[in-house]
Amino acid sequence: MLEIKNLTKKFDNRTIIDNLSMTVNDNEIMAIVGPSGAGKTTLLRCITGLETVNQGQFFWNGQQFDPANTDQKDTIIGVVFQDYQLFPNLTVMGNITLAPTMVKKLPLDQVKASARHLLSRLGLEGKEDLYPFQLSGGQKQRVAIVRALAMNPKILCYDEPTSALDPALRDEVAEIILDLKKQQMTQIVVTHDMDFAQNVADEIKRVAQLS
Amino acid sequence: MIQYIEQILPALLSGTKMTLSIFFWTLIISIPLGALVGLGLIQKFKPLVWLLNIYVWLMRGTPLLLQLIFVFYGLPILGIIFQRYDAALFAFILNYTAYFGEIFRGGFQSVPKGQFESAKVLRLSYGQTIRKIVIPQVFKIVLPSIGNEVINLVKDSSLVYVIGLGDLLRAGNVATARDVTLVPLILVGIIYLALTAICTIVLKLIEKRENVWQ
Repeated sequence: MLEIKNLTKKFDNRTIIDNLSMTVNDNEIMAIVGPSGAGKTTLLRCITGLETVNQGQFFWNGQQFDPANTDQKDTIIGVVFQDYQLFPNLTVMGNITLAPTMVKKLPLDQVKASARHLLSRLGLEGKEDLYPFQLSGGQKQRVAIVRALAMNPKILCYDEPTSALDPALRDEVAEIILDLKKQQMTQIVVTHDMDFAQNVADEIKRVAQLS
Repeated sequence: MIQYIEQILPALLSGTKMTLSIFFWTLIISIPLGALVGLGLIQKFKPLVWLLNIYVWLMRGTPLLLQLIFVFYGLPILGIIFQRYDAALFAFILNYTAYFGEIFRGGFQSVPKGQFESAKVLRLSYGQTIRKIVIPQVFKIVLPSIGNEVINLVKDSSLVYVIGLGDLLRAGNVATARDVTLVPLILVGIIYLALTAICTIVLKLIEKRENVWQ
């Protein structure tokens, strides 16, 4: 269970998030929705440690942690970016194995085996040796999902997962997210797409723009 | 004619050796140093950036010829004495590191911020991120500009003439002055052309290899 308590985030004097508290239960999908500029992405960036917070605490199963602390080898949060941010100079397999082998020092064979398993589950078998520029948008996104999963996060976060996809692929992402839920993955989805949120989420958190 | 060429060729080739030696060591040392300077130039620590900017300004803002003369004829006045070859190498490395540094700065800045963030959430350290993700991308971006400087370096190496090193140009000039014929200078030109042609081909091959990803 992820708990966020009294989170406040300001940019200079502008308050983007004001004293927000929320709980994400294990095995659930939480959608964070709201209009553009309401601070959804900022909230996600705080959770993923890409922004430091002005105030607030994060707890994983009652244990306080600091998402911005990059020394933690035990990853709690995994992220799938809106534009995926795959590493263009590495193959699909290289993208997936880089962090587990370098950060967690896992043996390459073992990482590759589990990567292959994940790739085939997401319909990407045979793509191991391709470079990101050779993949379609949907395929890139699935590689990004596998790359995040390879670090065994407790929670997987998505930033606007449907924004760059056509409607057919939108349903595919929904399926993937729901499938991961069956595998006990806790997920947070930031989206402006209400229909999509209602399709996948167990709980919807609305954020509104502060004056 | 053929006989004459055979006669002066050893001197020219020995000069070529000197030219290549300056070329080779300058590249080997100033490309990695340039990458470090480029990395320094994008840091948030201002004093470091100022210092590096002053260095780059000095090196790019004054002639390489002046720098060579300064190191070899000027520094001894302050008690700092270099051998001819060391002086040449020192001046070339200082000068070329500055140019490479600016090229690498541009390269580092063109790697999207998202790549750093993506690496950060995967818990890669800054060093790992730079080595495995940023440098390979920067290398591809800067390759054409580096190529330009490499070609320049082949020709700039002839400046060591001024501090009395026996490079290719000096060998040709000596022969022309002695024998009153244009042949040595034409041969010197042909050898420079051959050297730059080889560099161009090698650079093209490296660029081609880098094209497996985009």
